[in-house]
Amino acid sequence: MDESHEPIVETAAAADGHAVPDEHAAHDVAKHVRKYLLVGATLLAFTIITVFLSYVNFGTQKANVAVAMLVATFKATLVAAIFMHLSNEKRMIYRILIFTAFFVLGLFFLIYLAWYDPVTR
Amino acid sequence: MEIPYTVTARPDTGLWNAKVGIWLFLASEVMLFGGLFSAYVFLRLDAEPGAWPHGLLNVPIGTMNTAILIASSVTVVMAWASLKMRKFRAYWWYMLVTILCGVIFLGVKLVYEWPQKFDHFGAFIKKDKLEKYEAYLGNHHLAEKGFPPRTEISGHLHNHEALHDENAKEYEIALDPVNADPTNPEMDRPHFLYRPPTDKIATVEKEDVEYANMFLPKHSAYFASYFTITGLHGAHVLGGVIVFTYLWLPVGTKLYKRNPEHLANRVEVAGLFWHFVDLVWIFVFPLFYLL
Repeated sequence: MDESHEPIVETAAAADGHAVPDEHAAHDVAKHVRKYLLVGATLLAFTIITVFLSYVNFGTQKANVAVAMLVATFKATLVAAIFMHLSNEKRMIYRILIFTAFFVLGLFFLIYLAWYDPVTR
Repeated sequence: MEIPYTVTARPDTGLWNAKVGIWLFLASEVMLFGGLFSAYVFLRLDAEPGAWPHGLLNVPIGTMNTAILIASSVTVVMAWASLKMRKFRAYWWYMLVTILCGVIFLGVKLVYEWPQKFDHFGAFIKKDKLEKYEAYLGNHHLAEKGFPPRTEISGHLHNHEALHDENAKEYEIALDPVNADPTNPEMDRPHFLYRPPTDKIATVEKEDVEYANMFLPKHSAYFASYFTITGLHGAHVLGGVIVFTYLWLPVGTKLYKRNPEHLANRVEVAGLFWHFVDLVWIFVFPLFYLL
């Protein structure tokens, strides 16, 4: 944690002119820091909002669940897009995640099928 | 052996290898937690009206733990950003805070929340005996308001031996507020602040009880899913803390001196895992604590 900890040997990549091989060059990262703090504050604020909304009666329990899940999905999207850099990622990652999205939606579609009753309804 | 593409991008994927690796792993994690959440949905949809418990967990404590986890997500991304900007001292501090947040989260779960549940008792009354315990259940009051009936009497069990002893004929329970004062409209909906059992004692005959147990996983579908999902989530928090500690110890310092970009990438990958754990908690918290 003093000067001696500063990197002495540059990376192998630096030698051929690609000091930082992806889009997160140091000056880029510095610009993002504010955004990370802002997202953190937003997430905290929405945590309080979730707690508050759960004590509001939206008519039915189902409506309350729906509202809470909507807020949670918004928070999860923020985490995935900003903290996990998914808003700006390489194509390879999206290719992997398309399969995940497909299968996890299929998984939850099974719940719908389990309750689907075309005969008596 | 030198592992290739830890820092530079592999030409065909366009990414350094660990990044592809962690995302493949997280994809499988989504399916793991997805399976458990869908089990939760099945159990909850199948529960009898009014049987799914509300307000059994401590909301302020859960909110605090949520905030701690979110804060640690911010600090770990800051730790990574510090490495990218080659500010090692800042990295060291951010990482320390992240580790401490993880430890506090686990501590609250294992030392406070779970043991408090293990020490709590509930007895489900047989359907044809509900009337006998009307003073503790307040079902007439609930029916008037159009709410589903209560079937459980809960609180602090005074005679623990009654759980095992076949000769014991009854449970002696220091009642939870909801059973001590069941017709109070304040009890219709769960409270924000946790209320400890009262000093009002009820005697429940064992032969009137359908099923009784401490608040263990086998107590109900609610607690089974609660302990399974928060337990698996807690194991992930523990795993994250172990990896972060490894990256924070002198091993990390050495790697930083040799190749700072390599350490930054390791922190990024560990951070991605940590954000995923935070993301799971974002759904766990409302589902189990609030709804």
